[in-house]
Amino acid sequence: MRRARWIPMACLLLALLPLLAHGTEAGGLDVFETTLDNGLKVLLLEEHKAPVVTFHIWYRVGSRNEQFGHTGLAHLVEHMMFKGTEKIGGQEFSRRVRRNGGRDNAFTSQDYTGYFVTIAADRIQLPLELEPDRMVNLRLDPAEVKRERSVVMEERRLRTEDDPSSALWEEVNAAAFKAYPYGHPVIGWMEDLRQLTRTDVQNFYKTYYVPNNAVVVVVGDFDRAQLLPRIQEAFGSIPRAPEPPPVRSDEPSQKGERRVMLRRQDARLPSLVAGYHAPNMKDPDSYALDMLEVILAGGKSARLYRHLVYEKQLALGAGAYYARVSAAPDLFSLYATSLPGKSVEELEQALFDEIERIKTELVSARELQKAKNQIEASFIFSQDSIFSLARQLASYEIVAGWRYWEVYLPGIRAVTREDVRRVAQKYLGSEKRTVGVLIPGDQQSTDSSQQSAVGSH
Amino acid sequence: MLVLGLALPRLADAAPVGRRVEMQNGLTLLVAERPMLPMVTVEVLIEAGSLREPKEKAGLANLTAELLPLGTASRTAPEISETIEFVGGGLSASASRDLASVSLTVLKRDLDLGLELLADVLMRPAFRKEEIARKVQELQGSIHRKQEDPGTVVQEAFASTLFGERPYGRPVEGTEESLPRITRKDLVEFHQRYYVPNNSILAAAGDVTLEEMQRALEKHLQGWSRKAIPSFEVSAVSPPASLQVVKIDREVTQANIVWGHLGIERKNPDYYALSVMNLILGGGGLTSRLMRSIREEKGWAYDVQSFFSARRLPGAFEVSLQTKNETAGSAIEEVLRQVRDIRENGVTAKELEEAKGFLTGSFPLRFETNRQVVSFLAAVEFYGLGMDYPDRYPEIIRAVTREDVLRVARRYLHPDRGILVVVADPAEVKLPF
Repeated sequence: MRRARWIPMACLLLALLPLLAHGTEAGGLDVFETTLDNGLKVLLLEEHKAPVVTFHIWYRVGSRNEQFGHTGLAHLVEHMMFKGTEKIGGQEFSRRVRRNGGRDNAFTSQDYTGYFVTIAADRIQLPLELEPDRMVNLRLDPAEVKRERSVVMEERRLRTEDDPSSALWEEVNAAAFKAYPYGHPVIGWMEDLRQLTRTDVQNFYKTYYVPNNAVVVVVGDFDRAQLLPRIQEAFGSIPRAPEPPPVRSDEPSQKGERRVMLRRQDARLPSLVAGYHAPNMKDPDSYALDMLEVILAGGKSARLYRHLVYEKQLALGAGAYYARVSAAPDLFSLYATSLPGKSVEELEQALFDEIERIKTELVSARELQKAKNQIEASFIFSQDSIFSLARQLASYEIVAGWRYWEVYLPGIRAVTREDVRRVAQKYLGSEKRTVGVLIPGDQQSTDSSQQSAVGSH
Repeated sequence: MLVLGLALPRLADAAPVGRRVEMQNGLTLLVAERPMLPMVTVEVLIEAGSLREPKEKAGLANLTAELLPLGTASRTAPEISETIEFVGGGLSASASRDLASVSLTVLKRDLDLGLELLADVLMRPAFRKEEIARKVQELQGSIHRKQEDPGTVVQEAFASTLFGERPYGRPVEGTEESLPRITRKDLVEFHQRYYVPNNSILAAAGDVTLEEMQRALEKHLQGWSRKAIPSFEVSAVSPPASLQVVKIDREVTQANIVWGHLGIERKNPDYYALSVMNLILGGGGLTSRLMRSIREEKGWAYDVQSFFSARRLPGAFEVSLQTKNETAGSAIEEVLRQVRDIRENGVTAKELEEAKGFLTGSFPLRFETNRQVVSFLAAVEFYGLGMDYPDRYPEIIRAVTREDVLRVARRYLHPDRGILVVVADPAEVKLPF
């Protein structure tokens, strides 16, 4: 994996769980926060269990900042950040990191673009030399922009064009959002990619790659008192720039179910995705929605697996994904894939029956406790990786403020059975959802007529 | 009882990171004490991968492993998943070509419960008929669905062309046709034959000591006893005399390409010089020669990489990439040009220094999490690298010279005798082969 984009795909549980800044759990994490005079936010977390440090700089810009016709621009700029500056030639950035035993990469999402270097603790100076330079001095050679555009088009072919289930998610997302730019695929539409120019890249870079639009997060084996002056020295002289323009639109409330039928020759099994508009982590309802995700899809004893896969044997797999860590309201999604020979209509019915049931009957006390236990345990497990700590700190900071960590676990602990039912009723209405169905091209109807042996009955 | 220390480079306290003991029943136990977080990660490796199954029962090893957590003499599948998930833990099993593995992650306070479940699924799986049927149906579904992915199609075709009917030539999970041929008796026998302590390694990392683990395992693994392991033989692979081309037609926007041939086994002493060579050729992220030429200079691909899968037996050496149909032919020619170039001219002093810098410098990054530590300890034991391996590794890498790299490139790369598999759209692709 290189240059991963993060898109919500078939994960049972994205372990983007918060940490307590001043808690008693797991040693209580001590996050230090400051803002330099030029507006650069800095978050430092010492973690001395291995002689390693991860240095992140994330910019508050993603695909939601793109205009129509310019989709894919944020991600293309991310690629260009590896193509050299006035001072440091193309590839030299990664070369120097690797020569020193480090790993570097980047990713683009709807809300942010993150860059990181993970390296032995005694080499922390390296990202401090390299990152300020590429915040300001990108070369953006026109021929290089054109070539990198081709690379991104290949990436799109790899990730979406030849992958039916990615294509389905993309269609559902695009149909769910009419006004808010969350409908843009992060990688961009092929038609837009063909037309992006060096000027587009240059303007975007100049607007958003400024210290007052960035967050530095460092986690690992360092001494805060020594590191902070070095960060100040490395970034402090970059001047503050005008604040980038905010995203103006708001998604109007959905008035009825939307449907996308995607028929593809290369698909082998029918599958479906249903996305419901849902609030993000800034909303108090987000705790109960998070619990709902775990109750529905947190493992093999959770409802979707237990009923759709194990008992009814309709689905090869089923899950839920709640996009809580998101700057604007996004989706609460359900997804499932049919077993060969089983009808996708029956699967859809079974999936929505589960939703109806959770809207009418209270979940059991044990289910509620299990979901809380799972979230608390994941929270501790996720602290085992400095990369995951940095990723959580940075993403929280960008979408809502990192201090949302401090209130997350208490918020989860306070969720009641009634809360779970209430948010299910409030957000999982059929008029608020966009349903996408993927139909294999060789099937006349959506009713599967597979010839393959499904023996063993 | 022999306890050895495993030291890691540049650790502040220089404490041994892993300790090893062989238990009475022949099980090798490895523990890394990492008390910073109240959690424990455990992995059991059993030499019961697809290498050990008869070819007409393709998928037997994987089916055996995947059925372990799906019911024991005293617990049903739902009881097992409910028990472990209620405490926020995880228990899963899978198989690869050489090994089966059972993984456990739990909070420290649930360690005893976790080990009890782990021992139960290892020693007393029930292989109930209805669970077998359900699992076979699920595996057939996922095998069927995997054919959507041109990347899977190209890899499977490459492996079967290279290894033929040998175990490495078929998918670990078997085929839609082979799975129904597996009986409950096959599963029970496979389990009895290979899931024995002297054929297994148990590694743990987290808030636990070697002594604690030993005591807990003596209790939970009672009755798990030593047994002779049947030997097995796999015939050697003979390489093709010239380039062998396999074309698979699919309506794809991108050609999926794999070129390669037989590689090496992990125990081959040239493994380290080859690691350095491969990092420079195509294993090193954006900066490898293949990435620089095919992605950075030409814009033909998002990703291109080369790797040796060094296993118990010689695995494949392969270069894989995806590029739009129109540029497939040119990209393959460029791959072969790069392979010939490194064979004829070797690498520069600067490239060598960079590669060695990465391999030695990134070593500490490989044991950052419990999961990484456990996998590392288990692999060191499985390949018999010795508990001093972390100390020796940087020295071994530093000792690699340009002459070594040239020698292994000439010995192990065969640009004229490889296998080329291309999954592409016949209407768009132009291949000079």
